[in-house]
Amino acid sequence: MENIICACGHSNPYGTKLCEKCGRPLTEEGKQTKVVDMRYDGTAIRSKTYNTTFVDKIWNFFSSVKVGIALIIITLVAASIGTILPQAIYVNAPEPSKAEYYEKVYGVLGKLYNNLGLSHLYNTWWFQILVGMLAISIIVASLDRGLPLHKSLKNQRVKRHESFMKRQRIIAEGQVPNADETLDKVEQKMSELKYRVRRDGSALLAERGRFARYGPYINHVGLIIFLTGVMLRLVPGFYVDETIWIREGETRAIPGMDGYFIKNNKFILETHGEKQQGGEASQGVNVMAKNYQTDITLYKQPEGALPGDSDNLEKLRDYSIRVNHPLKENGFALYQMNYRLNELRQMNFNLVNKASEESQGQIEIDLTNPKKQYDLGDGSSVQILVYTPDFDGFENGEPQTKTSIPNNPAFLFRMTTPETPEGEVSFVEIRKPPLEPLGENKYRMKFAGAEMRNSSNFTIRKDSTIPILFVGGVIFMIGVVIGSYWNHRRLWLQVDPDGRVLMAAHVNKNMFSMKKDLDSVTTFAGLPPYRDQLDKPEDDNKSAKPGTKEKEGDNTL
Amino acid sequence: MSLIDISGNLLFVAFIAYLVATLLFGGSIKQSNATGKNTDKWGKVAIIVTIIGLLSQLGYFITRWVYSGHAPVSNMFEFTTAFGMFIVGAFVLIYFIYRVTALGLVALPVAILIIAYASMFPSEVSPLVPSLQSYWLTIHVITAALGQSILAISAVAGLIYLLKVVDLKKPSKQRFWLEAVMFFLVVVVGFVVATSVFNMMDYDSTYTYLDKEGNERQIDYNMPPLFGMNEYKAVEEHGMSPLVEMPALINAKKLTTVVWSLLVGSIIYLLIRLIARRRISAIFQPFVKRVNLQLVDEIGYRSVIIGFPVFTLGALIFAMIWAQLAWSRFWGWDPKEVWALITWLFYAAFLHLRLSKGWEGEKSAWLALIGFGIILFNLIAVNLILAGLHSYASA
Repeated sequence: MENIICACGHSNPYGTKLCEKCGRPLTEEGKQTKVVDMRYDGTAIRSKTYNTTFVDKIWNFFSSVKVGIALIIITLVAASIGTILPQAIYVNAPEPSKAEYYEKVYGVLGKLYNNLGLSHLYNTWWFQILVGMLAISIIVASLDRGLPLHKSLKNQRVKRHESFMKRQRIIAEGQVPNADETLDKVEQKMSELKYRVRRDGSALLAERGRFARYGPYINHVGLIIFLTGVMLRLVPGFYVDETIWIREGETRAIPGMDGYFIKNNKFILETHGEKQQGGEASQGVNVMAKNYQTDITLYKQPEGALPGDSDNLEKLRDYSIRVNHPLKENGFALYQMNYRLNELRQMNFNLVNKASEESQGQIEIDLTNPKKQYDLGDGSSVQILVYTPDFDGFENGEPQTKTSIPNNPAFLFRMTTPETPEGEVSFVEIRKPPLEPLGENKYRMKFAGAEMRNSSNFTIRKDSTIPILFVGGVIFMIGVVIGSYWNHRRLWLQVDPDGRVLMAAHVNKNMFSMKKDLDSVTTFAGLPPYRDQLDKPEDDNKSAKPGTKEKEGDNTL
Repeated sequence: MSLIDISGNLLFVAFIAYLVATLLFGGSIKQSNATGKNTDKWGKVAIIVTIIGLLSQLGYFITRWVYSGHAPVSNMFEFTTAFGMFIVGAFVLIYFIYRVTALGLVALPVAILIIAYASMFPSEVSPLVPSLQSYWLTIHVITAALGQSILAISAVAGLIYLLKVVDLKKPSKQRFWLEAVMFFLVVVVGFVVATSVFNMMDYDSTYTYLDKEGNERQIDYNMPPLFGMNEYKAVEEHGMSPLVEMPALINAKKLTTVVWSLLVGSIIYLLIRLIARRRISAIFQPFVKRVNLQLVDEIGYRSVIIGFPVFTLGALIFAMIWAQLAWSRFWGWDPKEVWALITWLFYAAFLHLRLSKGWEGEKSAWLALIGFGIILFNLIAVNLILAGLHSYASA
């Protein structure tokens, strides 16, 4: 493609809209309009210039702001669809029965919602592709416009052609008595207003806040860094997300954190009001909780120990994990996520003679780790033949357990005493009379109390992408603030030696403040009144005169 | 008088001050037909009364904070009241940049409606649940609300713009939707009236019902039940029985509230139409007839530009930091989070449309109204319907 030679002799790259040197409009369209399009300062934008090869087409697709906006809107609508019914992770049902839950609770709509994958909407391939396309659009559009804009802003000439100045939104034309004095005064005033002023013969360019033009590009860089961070979580090692249940008194290896062990010393639930404390609170329902806390001790294996070997642990420290106050160690964090109160820990039984109620001694059964046999001395002993932590009825004569959590423990005991050396068999279930499958017994196991304990659930999280996300977020904020709270103001002035004045002004946003600057420089340097070429004719007589200008607030209730 | 009583009284004073200021703003514009001087004087008085109201509400906010020991933004009443306060604050800020009195005539009634709406929710001071016990509650919620309030001013400017440009003499889509916005505002009044009247009557009926998971639960109606909960049985019933039973998926109590608000709102709307013999938009139109459209358009754009970074910081960045600390993940696709993201995406689209597609003036004004609609949806519907981790109002 050949370069465009402007009337001033400057050779512009193909696709340029306003001459890089003098600012003359180079396109037919530009020559026709009253106010030129100053976006990207009229430089050649790749996507607006080439559209022949496949790469061009892809590039143009993603660089289009129209496509970008469409992607934003589609993402927005898709995201909102995901809130119509709760997402599967928030559904109060175990993983395998979630589909059932949707159908049972929400009927046909729920079934459809789940089957369409909308219950995992934010993890679906198409939603992630959508976000990916948005990211590509941000990168391409920023490169497409950001680089040419930067080049153009860096190489600005002071002197611009009349046809450029007359096509700005704000222009002023007229006569002044003394050309040099006017230029000096404008320079003085604009410098006072913190503009950077450059002069070139009879021309003057005052410019302020150019960096504001980079705001959008900076915030786009921040967004891309952020999205990169999010994607890095897929790389192994960057992200750990594990969970652990641990009972009071237990010491366990922490999943995902090799070599670390944790001991649950005590779980504490405090509620508002006097009602319940620890013991009898019903799993958090209807009680306003004040504090969830687990007092723990953190241990580390000595160097060179085998994985899972819990001997010779080194104590690192004690800590109280609370909501909002996770335990932090070596890049990992442990969060208090859930708790279970009043889990049975130990059950005590007396071996008693049914007739005399005389006790032969007591056994204490640790429900997570019961012994096979308890010797009571004097020839008496109790043997545990079968133990079911969560008894759920018999099947083929065998007692069955539902889970391994001691919610409903049951035992098949063999009781041996000097009186019954052969042993008697008894099946004991909590709060039920014992079964005696092999005939009437002389002895029985009498319940003698139980000990409860609580357990805590922690999430173990390591997220090495956090610093990247944080940097991305900070850069984004800086970019948004620069782009939003500052604006790029420019004033071009041309005063011929005979006193003919041509002034033009441009601001990328916030014309209101620009006009205030213009009012003060116009008054100070005695410039001809300016006019806003976008003002409708009906307002013309009002806003053209600087006198009424200052009263704008009053006229515009 | 205890601190909490003082706090309540200050809020009441603020409410009255906003009402008076609205009338003064109206007066200042009416006067402007005669001479500019009166406008100045009335406008000045109006803004002073507004600031008195704002200071008084700030007093409410601070005394309540001292009394409860945490920033009063932790339930529906507190948050919504604060939102109303920030809208007035944002209006005062924008007023001192642009000195456009007509803004007050719309911004203050919107704030009044929001505060009235807030006061329909239980206003007791309640202690914080563990996940809210963090100074991030203060930082995140206040910044997010501040951002939303500044964004709301763009809708105020948008409404003024549309009131001026939409031709109310000829039927058109614009005329219909503009009046729909007005009707919505009246429905909020309807909600406030219905709630207050039934409150004054001490209306209370109790039912048991089966929830969507099949558990039996109990519910109190504070309005005569138009709709019954799933398989409801009366425990104590007054006045009327539910007309229609709803499936478990629909909360019939909330539906009853919505329908009562619509009913009362429609009656008020019809009365206004009958008395004024005009559309509500037409009643307001004379007040904005001297507004400079270009300036109002710029105010709308400017408030989005000022509000967008604040909103991003509060509703997304601070939110993520806190979520990381409290819930161990910075983002969880909770409905409130998703709607904050939707709000953010919407205003991002707004800015891109404006910059690149030249959507200014009327189009931009409609977008600003839709944006405010999303903010209100996030405040009302997401809290009350799409209950998630952020749900304030479980009652």
